[in-house]
Amino acid sequence: MYPELGQLALIIALLLAVLLSVVPLAGALTGRDSLQAFARPLSTGMFVFTALSFAVLTHAFMVDDFSVAYVANNSNSMLPWYYKFSAVWGGHEGSLLLWILMLAGWTLAVAVFSRKLPSVMVSQVLSVLGMICVGFFLFIVITSNPFERILPNIPADGRDLNPLLQDIGLILHPPMLYMGYVGFSVAFAFAIAALINGKLDAAWARWSRPWTTVAWSFLTIGIALGSWWAYYELGWGGWWFWDPVENASLLPWLSGTALMHSLAVTEKRGVFKSWTVLLAIVTFSLSLLGAFLVRSGVLTSVHSFAADPERGSFLLALLGITVVASLVLYAFRAPVVHVRARYDSLSREIFLLLNNVLLVAATLLVAIGTLYPLVLDYLNMGKLSIGEPFFNATFSPLAVAAGLLLGAGIFSRWKKTDGGWLARKLLWPLAVSVVATTAVMLIYGSFAPWAFAGVFAAVWITVATAWDLWDKSSSRRGRLHGLKRQSRSYYGMVSGHLGLAMVIAGATVVSNYGIERDVRMVPGDSVMVGDYQVVFKSIGDRRGANFTAEYGSFDVFLDGKHVSELHPEKRHYPVGMSVMTEADIDGGLFRDVFIAIGERITDDAWAIRLQYKPLVRWLWLGSLVMAIGGFLAISDKRYRIRAHSEAKVASAGNEEDVVGGKPAEAGT
Amino acid sequence: MRFMLIILAALWVFAATAQAEAPEFYDFDTQVEEQRFRNLNAELRCPKCQNQNIADSNAPISKDMRDQVYVMMQSGATDDEIVGALVDRFGEFVKYKPPVDSRTIVLWGFPFIAVFGGLLIVAGVVLRSRKQNPESALSPEEQARVKRMLTDKDPSSRS
Amino acid sequence: MKRLTLFLPLVLALAVGLFLAAGIGKDPTELESALIGKPVPEFSLENLREPDQTLDQSLFHGQVSLLNVWAEWCPACWDEHEDLMWLANEKGVRIIGLNYKDQRENAFRFLGRLGDPYQTIIFDPRGSLGFDLGVYGAPETFVIDAEGIVRYRHVGVVNERVWEEILLPVINRAEGNS
Repeated sequence: MYPELGQLALIIALLLAVLLSVVPLAGALTGRDSLQAFARPLSTGMFVFTALSFAVLTHAFMVDDFSVAYVANNSNSMLPWYYKFSAVWGGHEGSLLLWILMLAGWTLAVAVFSRKLPSVMVSQVLSVLGMICVGFFLFIVITSNPFERILPNIPADGRDLNPLLQDIGLILHPPMLYMGYVGFSVAFAFAIAALINGKLDAAWARWSRPWTTVAWSFLTIGIALGSWWAYYELGWGGWWFWDPVENASLLPWLSGTALMHSLAVTEKRGVFKSWTVLLAIVTFSLSLLGAFLVRSGVLTSVHSFAADPERGSFLLALLGITVVASLVLYAFRAPVVHVRARYDSLSREIFLLLNNVLLVAATLLVAIGTLYPLVLDYLNMGKLSIGEPFFNATFSPLAVAAGLLLGAGIFSRWKKTDGGWLARKLLWPLAVSVVATTAVMLIYGSFAPWAFAGVFAAVWITVATAWDLWDKSSSRRGRLHGLKRQSRSYYGMVSGHLGLAMVIAGATVVSNYGIERDVRMVPGDSVMVGDYQVVFKSIGDRRGANFTAEYGSFDVFLDGKHVSELHPEKRHYPVGMSVMTEADIDGGLFRDVFIAIGERITDDAWAIRLQYKPLVRWLWLGSLVMAIGGFLAISDKRYRIRAHSEAKVASAGNEEDVVGGKPAEAGT
Repeated sequence: MRFMLIILAALWVFAATAQAEAPEFYDFDTQVEEQRFRNLNAELRCPKCQNQNIADSNAPISKDMRDQVYVMMQSGATDDEIVGALVDRFGEFVKYKPPVDSRTIVLWGFPFIAVFGGLLIVAGVVLRSRKQNPESALSPEEQARVKRMLTDKDPSSRS
Repeated sequence: MKRLTLFLPLVLALAVGLFLAAGIGKDPTELESALIGKPVPEFSLENLREPDQTLDQSLFHGQVSLLNVWAEWCPACWDEHEDLMWLANEKGVRIIGLNYKDQRENAFRFLGRLGDPYQTIIFDPRGSLGFDLGVYGAPETFVIDAEGIVRYRHVGVVNERVWEEILLPVINRAEGNS
């Protein structure tokens, strides 16, 4: 009985979404408050019914209701409860429901946190979100019903969750990633509403900013979790494969990063409006493109769901309607009047515009690298694979250039920066960075041009950021007071940039100085990986909850001192008849030692993959630091005050003056 | 000439037996060779799998391809020869690094076009702005409107 | 003019949409053979049925043939076998078998159970010819013309539809040329 309730709830939510997409918008366009007043209750209702539906599906997993096809295909009675829980989004239908739940959640969040916005704006934004919801509700109800039953032949047990997914990674990664993807719908909705109104102004940019930043932060965490998960779970120690599905998540991240920065310019200086609004549309469209690429099967990927042409067509239609409608609206409504504002070639505006050029170039190159095989195939020019060599060769220079630009841009001022002053300002950071980078090269013991460039970019960002913080925090009342005086959005920026530096450093060092060895070992053997000595102690059998495993024991020594004992496994899952390589890792802030068991060569000899991965954790820690930066930025006073009681509204107005007038204020 | 042919034939037979005896595990004399083997495998795509290179894939075809790489390395082939031999059999698809040719010129040229196009646009923006007089970011009307929007308790008055 | 440039993103998006739409329903894992237009690779392998007899590429000279790569362990090969029998018996197609990475007794058991549509079967236990042909997943079926040139490769099962729509036209063209 319950599963049908879930489906019913979905249909009710769909109806509410239809109302939401029509009624408040009609109210806004005709100026009728009575209709606009429906926006918030409808949003709430839509979320409640979606949540109910999600709860029903979760319940079906928890009680092993294998009469539900989706449960039978993605779960098993032997699965531990927490994996049963995460198995809810382990397949196409459930993950789509999760996506929709988050979409409804973001809609509700807008409804709740927009009390201070003009109600016309709120109505329009919520209606646009309602339209997006309608599309996805139709998609799930028509093509991907997670509550479909297998009747009357209910299977005795489920087909089990793919062992790759039986991991903490599945619990965390999709929800975070979807929070990011879906979160960009809010910036999109604000952009559309502003286009409808014809009010693309600093206020619009200011309202969009925190939503964009939060979505971006979630996406950052989501991508990092995915990378970390692939690193330890796919078995071979890679952290980024340039796979179409990974690229699909990188695309909205890159354009979202560009959007955050151009929103800053639009808010502070009221320029580049058409560009910013286009980025908002593009970023959400790229999120949808990602969903399409993952679920349609047009590209081959290690991570995609089972391909289904019907779903692919539906999603493409959804993507097409969204993109075409919004871009047509954009083409007719975006302002073409050039804002009469002067900015010098060294102004912060131009630095941020250059940042956008690099980020958009990076977005386009990832997009073309991902989609080019499709284009060739369409033109009957054969099949082609575009992988790591292409992306490494093209993406890395852009990343380094972005880093160099960032370091210089930190010191720039709005409107105009004196060239000579900037050059003098950069001299010391430059010297410090060269020395520090050389020191890093010496520590790792070899020089390579790209390694130098990457490490230099990371150090340069760090030094420049710290330098700027030092400058800004100087105060007659002491350093501490100076540090306290900086706004949270400034610290958000600092944290975001330092996080980026960590990611660049991690990526560069692990790619250039990582050591990988495939060796044949019998118990008792000892092998060197870099400075680490790995001793293969023994291999035995182990039984897990739903698998059996060959269980290796290795000792790791550094300079004769015991560092750790590692237990990589080769697991056999009987239900799905699959084999999984479960690597074991001695993780550390400065290096990982990674051991995975490969094939059995003879009775007692095994192929073992040993890896020394310097700074690999910085990739994910850096991402976390970046995301924390985003959360810091939106916790800034000026956003909080808006949410406070109406009595304080006046002070929010004052705050705006302060923020708008202070050139040092960055928040980018 | 005939002598050459005999040698070639002998080499061919040798290669055939070597292929037949591709090992379960690949041993190399030096770590440089080991690294070269790994790099080659990382740039070759398993034709059967979902987007995996032949080093990471467990598919039988990947094993056959690794064997081929190993055997050819042992017989002194260059990287290009090895990749070429596999492309001859399986097509360009197995190469993760697309060659620069008429099919891919757009792909390889694109990053440069994007960056330089972007720089040109920025240059245009700067030049255009220079022609104009310096002015404040928000016009006075705009500033007033922002303030009104943020403080207004009854927004419907503006719709 | 300025307004027109704002339509640029729309045009770009529509172009991308076109490619995406064309990609739906196609199998991106299906590869065209790299050997098309080239002769069958040289080989020297046993005849499955008569181990004393050695076969080589001259097997394909003289008439158009289908080269079907199969193995007892390959489930899809069991599925397509009935259609191969139909092709051999009803349509009179010359089918050469390539028994790929299989064992003799298993191959015979398979043929004993399902029938034998093959004019000749090449026994390739190590998959060396299969590798040279770029076989990446059985079953695969090659169309080879009378000069021993590979004309087409179909990956996956052969059935009546595949025969009518894909293989037969290729064969007709191959026969027309020679």
